[in-house]
Amino acid sequence: MQRIGVFVCHCGTNIAATVDVKAVAEALKYEPGVVVSTEYQYMCSEAGQELIKNAIKENALTGVVVCSCSPRMHEATFRKTVAAAGLNPYMLEIANIREQVSWIHKNIEEATEKAIILGRAAIAKVHLNAPLTAGESPVVKRALVIGGGIAGIQTALDIAEAGFEVDIVEKNPTIGGKMTQLDKTFPTLDCAACILTPKMVDCAQNDKIKIYSYSEVSEVKGFVGNFDVTIKRKARYVDENKCTGCGLCTEKCPQKKVPNEFNLGLDNRRAIYIPFAQAVPKIATIDADYCTMLKSGKCGVCSKVCTAGAIDYKQEDSFVNEKYGAIVVATGFNPIKLDKYDEFAYSQSADVITSLELERLMNAAGPNGGTLLRPSDKKHPHRIAFIQCVGSRCDDGKGKSYCSKICCMYTAKHAMLIREKYPDTEVYVFYIDVRTPGKNFDEFYRRAVEEYGVNYIKGMVGKVLPEPDGTLTVRASDLLNGTQLNLSCDLVVLAAAIEPDKSARPLATMLTASMDTNDFFTEAHPKLRPVESPTAGIFLSGACQGPKDIPETVSQASACAAKVIGLLAKNTLKGNPCVAHSDELLCNGCSSCEKVCPYGAISYSDKEFRINGKMVTRRVASVNPAVCQGCGACTVACPSGAMDLNGFSNSQIMAEVDAICKW
Amino acid sequence: MQEMMKKKAIELLGSGAVARVLGWKKGEFDYDITPAVFESIEEIENEFIYNSLCSPNLSKYLVKESRKEGKTLIFLKPCDSYSLSQLITEHRVVRENVYAIGIECYGKTDADTIKEKGIKGITKITENDGVLNIETLYGNEKVPVYEVLRERCVNCKSKKHPVYDELIGEEGQAVDDCERFSEVDRIERMTPEERFAFFRGELSRCIRCNACRNVCPACTCEKCVFDNDASGIAQKAASDSFEENMFHIIRAFHVAGRCTDCGECSRVCPQNIPLHLLNRKFIKDINELYGNYQPGENIGNRSPLTDYTQNDAEPNIVYKRGGKDNA
Repeated sequence: MQRIGVFVCHCGTNIAATVDVKAVAEALKYEPGVVVSTEYQYMCSEAGQELIKNAIKENALTGVVVCSCSPRMHEATFRKTVAAAGLNPYMLEIANIREQVSWIHKNIEEATEKAIILGRAAIAKVHLNAPLTAGESPVVKRALVIGGGIAGIQTALDIAEAGFEVDIVEKNPTIGGKMTQLDKTFPTLDCAACILTPKMVDCAQNDKIKIYSYSEVSEVKGFVGNFDVTIKRKARYVDENKCTGCGLCTEKCPQKKVPNEFNLGLDNRRAIYIPFAQAVPKIATIDADYCTMLKSGKCGVCSKVCTAGAIDYKQEDSFVNEKYGAIVVATGFNPIKLDKYDEFAYSQSADVITSLELERLMNAAGPNGGTLLRPSDKKHPHRIAFIQCVGSRCDDGKGKSYCSKICCMYTAKHAMLIREKYPDTEVYVFYIDVRTPGKNFDEFYRRAVEEYGVNYIKGMVGKVLPEPDGTLTVRASDLLNGTQLNLSCDLVVLAAAIEPDKSARPLATMLTASMDTNDFFTEAHPKLRPVESPTAGIFLSGACQGPKDIPETVSQASACAAKVIGLLAKNTLKGNPCVAHSDELLCNGCSSCEKVCPYGAISYSDKEFRINGKMVTRRVASVNPAVCQGCGACTVACPSGAMDLNGFSNSQIMAEVDAICKW
Repeated sequence: MQEMMKKKAIELLGSGAVARVLGWKKGEFDYDITPAVFESIEEIENEFIYNSLCSPNLSKYLVKESRKEGKTLIFLKPCDSYSLSQLITEHRVVRENVYAIGIECYGKTDADTIKEKGIKGITKITENDGVLNIETLYGNEKVPVYEVLRERCVNCKSKKHPVYDELIGEEGQAVDDCERFSEVDRIERMTPEERFAFFRGELSRCIRCNACRNVCPACTCEKCVFDNDASGIAQKAASDSFEENMFHIIRAFHVAGRCTDCGECSRVCPQNIPLHLLNRKFIKDINELYGNYQPGENIGNRSPLTDYTQNDAEPNIVYKRGGKDNA
């Protein structure tokens, strides 16, 4: 029989306001095996931990139950506490009476009852706990950064700076991400390319950084400190080692009608292309969807003009296997598609554009060489309307419920730049609220209004009507003046909401990293562990975790690098002793467990057994404890119950369920 | 057919190519056919039977027989071949020790099904050219086999043999317009209360004889959880009738994604409980959620339940299907 101590935490008023903690401690006192049951205001505090240690020594406890917050929060803390008092750290169980009770219930009686039940379940489990000892596993001192935008670049540069090797996997032919498409950046109005391209070059020149461009992560195995990643290198039909980036092929290619994604389809590129002049790596790529040679075998112009002999029409996708200690997700964002917003005539009129398209129209390297001309007739627009929150802060199901965060500032920037360069152009901004917190941000917006005479109108636009004369009538309400407006404009710019890149969801599944309902990656703790995923060894950088502007992205990217460096600096990691094992006498050798094991920890061998006096050879499973991560998938896949998990055994789980059901 | 099979069996046993033959012989009654292991030519000559009453699926016997010295010859109907293929996939049968002869099948029947037609007092059944000559205490009756097929044969899913070394007769094809899910459809359309009442009613007849488990080719565990005291669900006096019903629910979960729908569970049930409906519901759900999947169709197949693809149904499918909203 275990001698169990129960320690109920108030968590200040976090728990105590909704749960009668004294009643919980009193009720649990009479559970079998409980020799001491008490409560305290902050069990995780120095004094609280002392209380537990003393109780263990005074009562010769063999098991401890702490009723407190989620084990995610303080299990590690209390394991250390009981270990300091001489117990095996795995003789501790946590009953989560905060996240699962006090925070989600209002009625004190109900909450108290539930807290007692969860306490009973934890006590029932402790009775079956056994001391466990963790092994150690080595750390591969190399990091993988998925996504080569400003977030991925900054994280990679910082990790490399600390002396560790780091690989960037970028799905596009060049790194740089969304920032390469921007014109100027707020609040200082320096040009995006001028501050980004040197960093791209730094990545390329850093001997610790390896860039896999035009590549995707196709498979991830392993665990923190020891990930095994397969990278798919998409065929670009150009030998990366031979191509000098001279660009001759991109001038001679006869296929000229390929929509240029770098300029958001506002102009065309060739079938063989380099996205932009400062691309890193500066290597041409053949677009297989448009290349005449690849489609019909009749052309070969690029191959003829290439003096380096780099064109290879027979190139195929190849796969690279690499081991990493840490993985950084930096998959970034995209503006949403606007097909659900017909009221703004985005698909009807070429002169209704998104803000990112405006960036390209105003950019010196853009389709108009930096002169702002309407897409339809290439004339100067004289009145421009900006519509804010298109798809952001929506509760109608069409858009996103969240604020995209960057639109207020970039719209102020656009308005200001247009008024600066074309003083004869009137600019109207329709907004719900203007949100410009941040260093020098509100001053920036005030400048747009006060110095540049941008007309900010509080109110949403109901409809944009393309007129026969080529103008656009913007129908809106001015909430402050209580009037309806019919504004005749030449150009309408929509601040489309941003959303996580579509590649993030399948990647999250591969990494077993959790996501929120909007497909943003979830952080381990929203305040205290903002750059780590709840999955050990997976880190978050940039807008994949939530909408962010450039300064914030770069800060987070560096923070993320600091966490990665902290991990890679270790030689070994303490493993998790809660691993699976198979009962060879029950094992059928059916391979069900092997099929569901995400870590490849299970192998089979033929073993001899003496059964009823006869020697029988049977195929049985065994688990490699250094590779097993204790997810438990095998234990539920096993039809005969041969697989069991240390610390979460089938009998322990059933004891918990029984304890809950008996109530 | 029977004679061709006998000839083949005698030839292989006589040459020493196989050490034993798995087939059928008559049981307590003429019409009560039972699986049998033949180890001598005499046994085969005198006892080996093959006719439309040879319902039993022999594949499960290979779990033990294929571990013995020498090869085992087995005759496989298409249904049994699916079971064998699945058993090989699960490493339960040693393939090298098996010589499998696929035999064509046009559906099977048995005394129970014949009795359902109102024919009583059966004393002997013989078969000639697809027609059963049924001798009863009240006289003889002639019934074509196709009129008394078991449900699983009426709704035959396939006449193909996923695994064999040799075929007697023509290789068939999977049946495209098989309607085996129509009964599941009907049950799905019930309200949850009706459905619960339906299964409670059917399962209330269970006497826990374990025949369904013992015959099931997917139930080959070295030690069944129901026989394992440590499992917490071992055979014992159930505390109430619902706990008794759980036996079948747990079994259906254990064979989900592995059940080939051979229908043996319902065939052997002495209480005529339509147990195959539980398994078919799983098969139907798997087909709908993950795309058509037939366990045993190919050796080495990965069941959608123990495989992961990016197109897999998201867990919230539970809320979209079933659940209270759908009631």
